[in-house]
Amino acid sequence: MMLEVTDLNVYYGNIRALKDVSFSVEEGEIMTLIGANGAGKTTTLLTLSGLKKPQSGTIRFLGKDITKTTPQSRVAMGISQSPEGRRVFPGLTVLENLEMGAYLRRDDFSGDMEKVFTYFPRLKERKKQTAGTLSGGEQQMLAMGRALMSRPKLMLLDEPSMGLSPLLVSEIFAIIQRLHEAGTTILLVEQNAALALKLAHRAAVMETGRIVLSGTGEELSRSPEVQKAYLGG
Amino acid sequence: MLFLSQCINGLQLGSIYALVALGYSMVYGIIRLLNFAHGDVIMIGAYIALLTIGAGVNPALAVVLTIFGCVFISVLIERVAYRPLRSAPRISLLITAIGVSLLLQNVTQLLFTANTRPYPGSAIIPSKALKLGGLSLSLTTIVTILVSVGSMIALHLLIQKTRMGKAMRAVSEDTGAAQLMGIDINRVISVTFAIGSALAGIGSVLFCCRYPVVNPNIGSMLGLKAFVAAVLGGIGSIPGAVVGGFAIGFAEVLVTALGFSAWTDAVVFAILILVLLFKPAGLLGRGVAEKV
Repeated sequence: MMLEVTDLNVYYGNIRALKDVSFSVEEGEIMTLIGANGAGKTTTLLTLSGLKKPQSGTIRFLGKDITKTTPQSRVAMGISQSPEGRRVFPGLTVLENLEMGAYLRRDDFSGDMEKVFTYFPRLKERKKQTAGTLSGGEQQMLAMGRALMSRPKLMLLDEPSMGLSPLLVSEIFAIIQRLHEAGTTILLVEQNAALALKLAHRAAVMETGRIVLSGTGEELSRSPEVQKAYLGG
Repeated sequence: MLFLSQCINGLQLGSIYALVALGYSMVYGIIRLLNFAHGDVIMIGAYIALLTIGAGVNPALAVVLTIFGCVFISVLIERVAYRPLRSAPRISLLITAIGVSLLLQNVTQLLFTANTRPYPGSAIIPSKALKLGGLSLSLTTIVTILVSVGSMIALHLLIQKTRMGKAMRAVSEDTGAAQLMGIDINRVISVTFAIGSALAGIGSVLFCCRYPVVNPNIGSMLGLKAFVAAVLGGIGSIPGAVVGGFAIGFAEVLVTALGFSAWTDAVVFAILILVLLFKPAGLLGRGVAEKV
């Protein structure tokens, strides 16, 4: 098991945002968390990266308990995240944003940068531009490229389709598929349940801070509850 | 010729304000804190130079000790007073900064009394005048301008080109995203305080060479004026701090040259009020940009 989350409880002040959340991600798979706004998906990912501290529960990554470790040590261990809303550094150039993704690496990462440019050729054209001048789709590509620069074993992707045109969404999802084929394990959070379930091997549905359903991507896309609530069927 | 010599005078004063304003702006950029203790660190630096040179230390070494002393005390203040408040409301942080400022002034007064003492400026920069054409410039003026401009160029290169400089910009733009990159924000914040206060240490020496008197309150007025300079340029903006610093320096020299030297402080704070009324983001400030 690559990632094992057990009984995670996270609070924002008095509000309990995650309630006994447990799930796991296996090496090499695409796992997805789907659910409505405010269900706790983003909180889950921020907790996995160490930006939110859980009240209780454990996170194990590659067999080690990382619940109390710092965000930087988790990046060093191989967890990286492309966050919700992209959060690229607007005043830094595309190149500098990618360098920040490789912040902890002391080896030569020019090969990885080339690899990012083969996934996202548009970034190469704009590498000297500041990230704030990019379009939404380009910023999403940059956020993903930046997350790849640390050579993650597990990549956390938060809402990569948000605010993008259908054409760009399918482009981004094709790249997620390619990353998976290249061996990266992916935990994908999406509101676009139809697309996410099509891509994912396993999936879980979150509602108001709990995981209410889980199974293979196929099982969930056939489940009547999911069809009614998330697939418009 | 009078005009030119006043311009150079403004350049000298402005470059000191710019050095101090840079420290304000860098710290504000990275943790959104108006570090009101910044000016008092400069005062501490003045005492370090005064006491070490008084004890017979070589002036060049005393300057180095001043800079290191300022860095040490600033990093210590950040570690002890500000870091525990990292997730507290910003107003708590601001009140703490004012508290630290008062603490430094009063502890200094307790240790060294409130008496004004002469600063050994001429031991650091010999009081010589150089003639350039018809223009007579003091060595202090020339050294101040050269050292300040050199420091600013070094700072610019550090922030634009080095890994740490880029990390500083990343943290100031989005702290959370910087953490997701594996950037140790506490370290970056410590380094920011260290760099800002190294500039303050240099500013301390240059300021005291221009106005060679030291008492526990010299830092507060200098700090406030540098703060006005930082706000005028756009707080958080590095080029803004430089522009604001020179603007305030020139404004003071202009007011003095026109014969209203008693009014210089009033003019500086009138500038603050005007900026806050008409251009609160400052000349080069980014304003309050919503993140998309």
